Amino acid sequence: MATTEAYRITERRRVTMTGAEATAEAMRQIHPDVVAAYPITPQTDIVMRFARFVADGVVQTEFVPVESEHSALSAVVGASAAGARAMTATSGPGFALMHEILYVAAGYRLPIVMPVANRALSGPINIHGDHSDTMGSRDAGWIHLYAENAQEAYDDLIQAVRIAEHPEVRVPVLVGQDGFIITHGMEIVEVLTDDEVRAFVGEYRPERYLLDVDHPMTVGALALQNSYFEVKRQLAEAVRRSARIIADVGEEFGRLTGRYYGLTEPYRMEDAELVIVAIGSTAGTAKDVIDELRGRGVKAGLVKVRVFRPFPARNLRDLLGRARAVAVLDRADSYAGLGGPLFAETKAALYGLPQAPVMTGYVYGLGGRDITPEMIAAVYDDLGQLAERARADHAAVAAEAALSVRYLGVRER
Amino acid sequence: MNPSRGAAFIEREASVTLPWTEMAEAGLIPQGGTAARVKTGAWRTGSMPVLELSRCIHCLRCWIWCPDSAVLLDGEKVTGIDYDHCKGCGICAQVCPPKVHAIEMVPEGGEA
Repeated sequence: MATTEAYRITERRRVTMTGAEATAEAMRQIHPDVVAAYPITPQTDIVMRFARFVADGVVQTEFVPVESEHSALSAVVGASAAGARAMTATSGPGFALMHEILYVAAGYRLPIVMPVANRALSGPINIHGDHSDTMGSRDAGWIHLYAENAQEAYDDLIQAVRIAEHPEVRVPVLVGQDGFIITHGMEIVEVLTDDEVRAFVGEYRPERYLLDVDHPMTVGALALQNSYFEVKRQLAEAVRRSARIIADVGEEFGRLTGRYYGLTEPYRMEDAELVIVAIGSTAGTAKDVIDELRGRGVKAGLVKVRVFRPFPARNLRDLLGRARAVAVLDRADSYAGLGGPLFAETKAALYGLPQAPVMTGYVYGLGGRDITPEMIAAVYDDLGQLAERARADHAAVAAEAALSVRYLGVRER
Repeated sequence: MNPSRGAAFIEREASVTLPWTEMAEAGLIPQGGTAARVKTGAWRTGSMPVLELSRCIHCLRCWIWCPDSAVLLDGEKVTGIDYDHCKGCGICAQVCPPKVHAIEMVPEGGEA
């Protein structure tokens, strides 16, 4: 489908734009057949911009304004089952309202792509950046990608289409970006040409779809004790398989743009002894801190987790196996669980390694609370002390640290 | 999905025997017409539509609206109700033109 000439991008551009703007631009270039959405802060800016593209005739997408996010994803499930390339976008409580339908989309193996402006959940009411929303539905069977900045929000969305629709995957993909921090922060973004994006995502040719009247089928049949388990096992295997596809698509995208993507992104990890593991925009802040610390001779490093599902356990084992002390930063709490979701799973990934590092977890930034370079530097300080104490009695210090969750940036007294 | 795999799924009633690797993906049933084999009329709501054929003008509104394809046709003529699949929703009686009034919902099973 053609876009009107006025909006057409025929040369790559470097433009200042917000994450929301970059996301809407990616959606315009992807040009989905159907978008159903309900506005919710801080996602509103994404869908508002895309709705304007529809209203101005820039895209021929069928836009369905609905009365809730439960309906938004339901409409997208229907459109996708019918054979459309379908998208929606949401945030915080809207994502929570989709919870039930997230499982339906994944269970029916519909290649839906959804940007999520990560936001805190009530109560008390809070509209700011936080990972409690998507982490709360981490087990719905969706693939989770998380962007560090507006450029990645744009790049990830384009790649998400290819990942979701891959015949060996066919699993919905969400692309998280920190609410306000990325959605509303201005950055320089390199925008590809419309033709490049169209060529990269390709024409959508579903193998089977409801509107194919020559091959009738039933979607959403009852599956009880005798078949439900097998269907869910298929889903688990598809998400597992997607790890290789995500890496392949990231490599191909790299050849096109020079920006290569994998499941994880190591930063100055060659000889790193003190390592932070983080998701999202905080990884960008940590990189600056690391550069500073390296100048002072501290062997600091970072592993950014870009893909949370499928969980990159093997990458983390390879990258963290030689570290002395590791801090995992979670922008979501599990409230008296074994730390935030990233901490708990990173520990599980390293279980059984003969030389596993000492690991500790931090919950930070809930409800959009700032995380400053000073706070991250303080974490590296803590790690240095932890590593020193572990020299004397590694087993005891490691056991204690593995159960400790600290709160970074909360007023203690 | 391999269509033959889907056919096997139906033919063998295989949901209880096929391993996950061979089952139709996502629990899809990749062929039509299977609903005919499941008789849903057994749990009708308590009232059933009764068709007075002599009044019927064969406008086919009942056939169009019936959510269970339970109005039987011969060509373009209504011939009766398929009680094996009619759930007693009453939509056919509602959409039958009032002046025609060929379908009446009547209590069933002596419980009324």
